[in-house]
Amino acid sequence: MTYIDDSKGMPALAGEARVEDYLALLKPRVMSLVVFTALVGMLVAPGGINPVIGLIAIVCIAIGGGASGALNMWYDADIDAIMSRTQNRPIPAGRISSGEALTFGLVLSGFSVALLGLATNWVAGGLLAFTIFFYAVIYTIWLKRSTPQNIVIGGAAGAFPTMIGWAAVTGTISLESLALFLIVFLWTPPHFWALALYKQGDYAAAGIPMMPNVAGEASTKRQIFVYTVILAVSAFVPVYLGTGGWIYGAVAAITGAGFVYLAVRLLLAPTNVDMRKAARRLFTYSLSYLFVLFLGLLTDSFIARLGGFWS
Amino acid sequence: MTEKNQALETMTAQAQAAETLKRVRRRRSIALAGALALFALTFYVLTIVKMGPALFDRGL
Repeated sequence: MTYIDDSKGMPALAGEARVEDYLALLKPRVMSLVVFTALVGMLVAPGGINPVIGLIAIVCIAIGGGASGALNMWYDADIDAIMSRTQNRPIPAGRISSGEALTFGLVLSGFSVALLGLATNWVAGGLLAFTIFFYAVIYTIWLKRSTPQNIVIGGAAGAFPTMIGWAAVTGTISLESLALFLIVFLWTPPHFWALALYKQGDYAAAGIPMMPNVAGEASTKRQIFVYTVILAVSAFVPVYLGTGGWIYGAVAAITGAGFVYLAVRLLLAPTNVDMRKAARRLFTYSLSYLFVLFLGLLTDSFIARLGGFWS
Repeated sequence: MTEKNQALETMTAQAQAAETLKRVRRRRSIALAGALALFALTFYVLTIVKMGPALFDRGL
């Protein structure tokens, strides 16, 4: 076995990386959210797409999202080694070198963008390229370590896949796809700040300026509440634009009310223990919120298409 | 005798490590070959789909 040292000073064992390590570099859990939101964007977009081309597009978006995850892990290897949640990732654990992760991320980025552009259109391909650039450069390299607003602006990277899915079908960026972008964009701060509230020790140790460490818990809770209210209201924009119907409207009302209720409970949590409990609940709820909300949108879209089919 | 045993154990451990490394590399090579084959197949299918029904609408 040979020990090698890479450019970022992370020791790695040459030739020891398993297939699973390369898959872990793609951040499969983040990838699943990217796939789901892109699929929703694709399915609710007006018009149709050949199912084979649609499948290829989704795979490209997933791989592009995974590639940006690999680039993120390449750059963040030093702070990943400090946080308990990320210590066992392939680079800090020494199973993959930083150089390998960088090459892996760049190659997958190039292939996914090129294939998406060729399979669908270059608006979708360009959007995927911009998403990878935004996540790897704007968020990871620039914002993450410099401002507590990191995930607010960086949240755009997670919101683009809906627009990519939409663009893959229509070839354009429209108000409707921007409304879907807005929902994921506004969902990101309460989601991540809730996580940061009960994992703030980890972020502080790694020197990442997350909102609870910089502005304090009280300010973070207030901001979570404000973003949640704006999100719950913005969730109705697709109804106004006609992308969502009455089912989606009802889902948006119920799930939005639930989200605001949990944000209020977090805001009013009297003790530190209650606050952590409420933050954990809000974080878990936020995951299912986006899923259920978009499922409502899909249901409406499906019914509308079925109506068109029968008439 | 003890030294002999230790040397034997070390040799066995080294052989096992080499075998594990070989297995890991083999799995990685198979995964890479699979990914490349899938990529080539994707391009082939994409080309056929892009050509559409016109592919069959031609004089023989």
